[in-house]
Amino acid sequence: MRKVAVVGVGETKFSGAQGKTSVELFAEAATDALEESSLKPKDIQALFLGNVLGDFSEGQGMVQAFAAENIGCFNIPANRYEGACASASMAVRDAFIWIASGFYDVVLAGGVERAATMGTALATRTFSMFSDSRYEYPSGITFPAVFAMLAHLYSAKYGVPLPKLKEQMAAVSVQSYRHGVFNPKAHLHKEVTAEAVLSSFMVSTPLQLHDCCPFSDGAAALILTTEDIAKKLTSKPVYFAGLGQSSSGPLVSQDEYLPRLRAREISAKRAYDMAGLKPEDIDVCELHDCFSIASLIAAESLGFFEFGKAGEAWMKGEADIGGKVAINPSGGLKSKGHPIGATGAGQVYEIAKQLRGEVEPERQVKGAKIGMTDTLGGDGGTIVNMILQRGW
Amino acid sequence: MEYKLTFKDFNEGLKQNKLLGLKCKDCGTVTVPPKMVCRKCTSPNLEVMELTGKGKIQTFTICNVAPEGRDDEVPYTILLVELEEGPWIMGNLTGADPAKATMEELIGKRVKMSETKVFAGDKYSAGDGARPVFSLEA
Repeated sequence: MRKVAVVGVGETKFSGAQGKTSVELFAEAATDALEESSLKPKDIQALFLGNVLGDFSEGQGMVQAFAAENIGCFNIPANRYEGACASASMAVRDAFIWIASGFYDVVLAGGVERAATMGTALATRTFSMFSDSRYEYPSGITFPAVFAMLAHLYSAKYGVPLPKLKEQMAAVSVQSYRHGVFNPKAHLHKEVTAEAVLSSFMVSTPLQLHDCCPFSDGAAALILTTEDIAKKLTSKPVYFAGLGQSSSGPLVSQDEYLPRLRAREISAKRAYDMAGLKPEDIDVCELHDCFSIASLIAAESLGFFEFGKAGEAWMKGEADIGGKVAINPSGGLKSKGHPIGATGAGQVYEIAKQLRGEVEPERQVKGAKIGMTDTLGGDGGTIVNMILQRGW
Repeated sequence: MEYKLTFKDFNEGLKQNKLLGLKCKDCGTVTVPPKMVCRKCTSPNLEVMELTGKGKIQTFTICNVAPEGRDDEVPYTILLVELEEGPWIMGNLTGADPAKATMEELIGKRVKMSETKVFAGDKYSAGDGARPVFSLEA
């Protein structure tokens, strides 16, 4: 298996509803990635693109073909990936596999979404399509409701009284907002206090507005290539050290394992085993904080903190820059935003920039050598983890 | 191989206040929602059975923001119930004041399926879908 590097990254600003089409958004991210890599459209052998709800947000199916042609990548194979919020990470992982296997040498991978364009009512409806449409949707399930139920379950299972858990969850949101202030690509740029989190609108008990990530528009793109080509293009190639992906059935069928998500634990183990690394080796992690409680669940499953203890870690700054592991220095889904089809590629964008030491000083993890991504689709239906490391 | 308990049959059962599931003839495990194979041992050797609809609340939420087309339902309480036959199921709660729906009042409490409600369907849903509605047992 060949080593695979990221040699160019691009990302639009993540935002609320905006007027650019999905093809236009992705084109902006992709040309930035191409420019950074010094490669040309003719060098790209395939496009793997995450896009979840283009059919609903702008009546556009098969966006990947138009996206490839639009940037001058004529007639290349172009595949669309749909794994809810983990779509782009699936695309990146597959790009890795095809290059590692020797079939392709240069692949453009990424994602695009106009989740904010849909507005809250349609976005809530379409996001609920990642729960079981037959056996769960009739009960009125929404994504906040899924994680709200996991929050109550977390409180009960680990014996963390709800008021204390709410305080810990607020600390997660406060940290993410603070990082987002310094990220020019972030959707939200504002400091929010714990008091503001705890007095915000109750979306689905016990989750309040500031516990929830926004619906965002945006795109991200990455150029992946072989070690040999990477060495010719850049002095700072970022290599994939380990990758994992896993799936699971509907929430109800995950039953007694909840609030832990078994799929994440399997996926993360695959990534760690492949890399020959452990949780304590990770300097910086972009994890899937679609809701504040989701951060705690993810950080525990990734092995950073003991089960039931992640909230305490956040309160003590152990999940912050300068702590045990720097979690979501980009602002995460909460503040950077969540254009669902692009989110995973956006996480890799951030890790690559962090490892190269190229982010704003206020949120740079100093000396970061190894980074990890964690992208969750639905409530565990699709999960992808990637570990990246400096190649210099 | 024929699917033993389709959504259509499960849904028709619920509309008649019957909660149907599958019992594995090899290992005895009960599977709900219905699947092609036993959720434990993966055997397709299953038979349709009726469940009691009794269980205990594992978790809940009161949802205040509905998906498109379901605004008139909020606020509503969603439950995950561990049925006495083993599997978990999603449903709603009736007969309890949402304002008093606290962890202390609900988690671990015994419930019984007292009725079913039907989501009439929308342009995306390929028809209607019933769900169990539970009441707290006295």
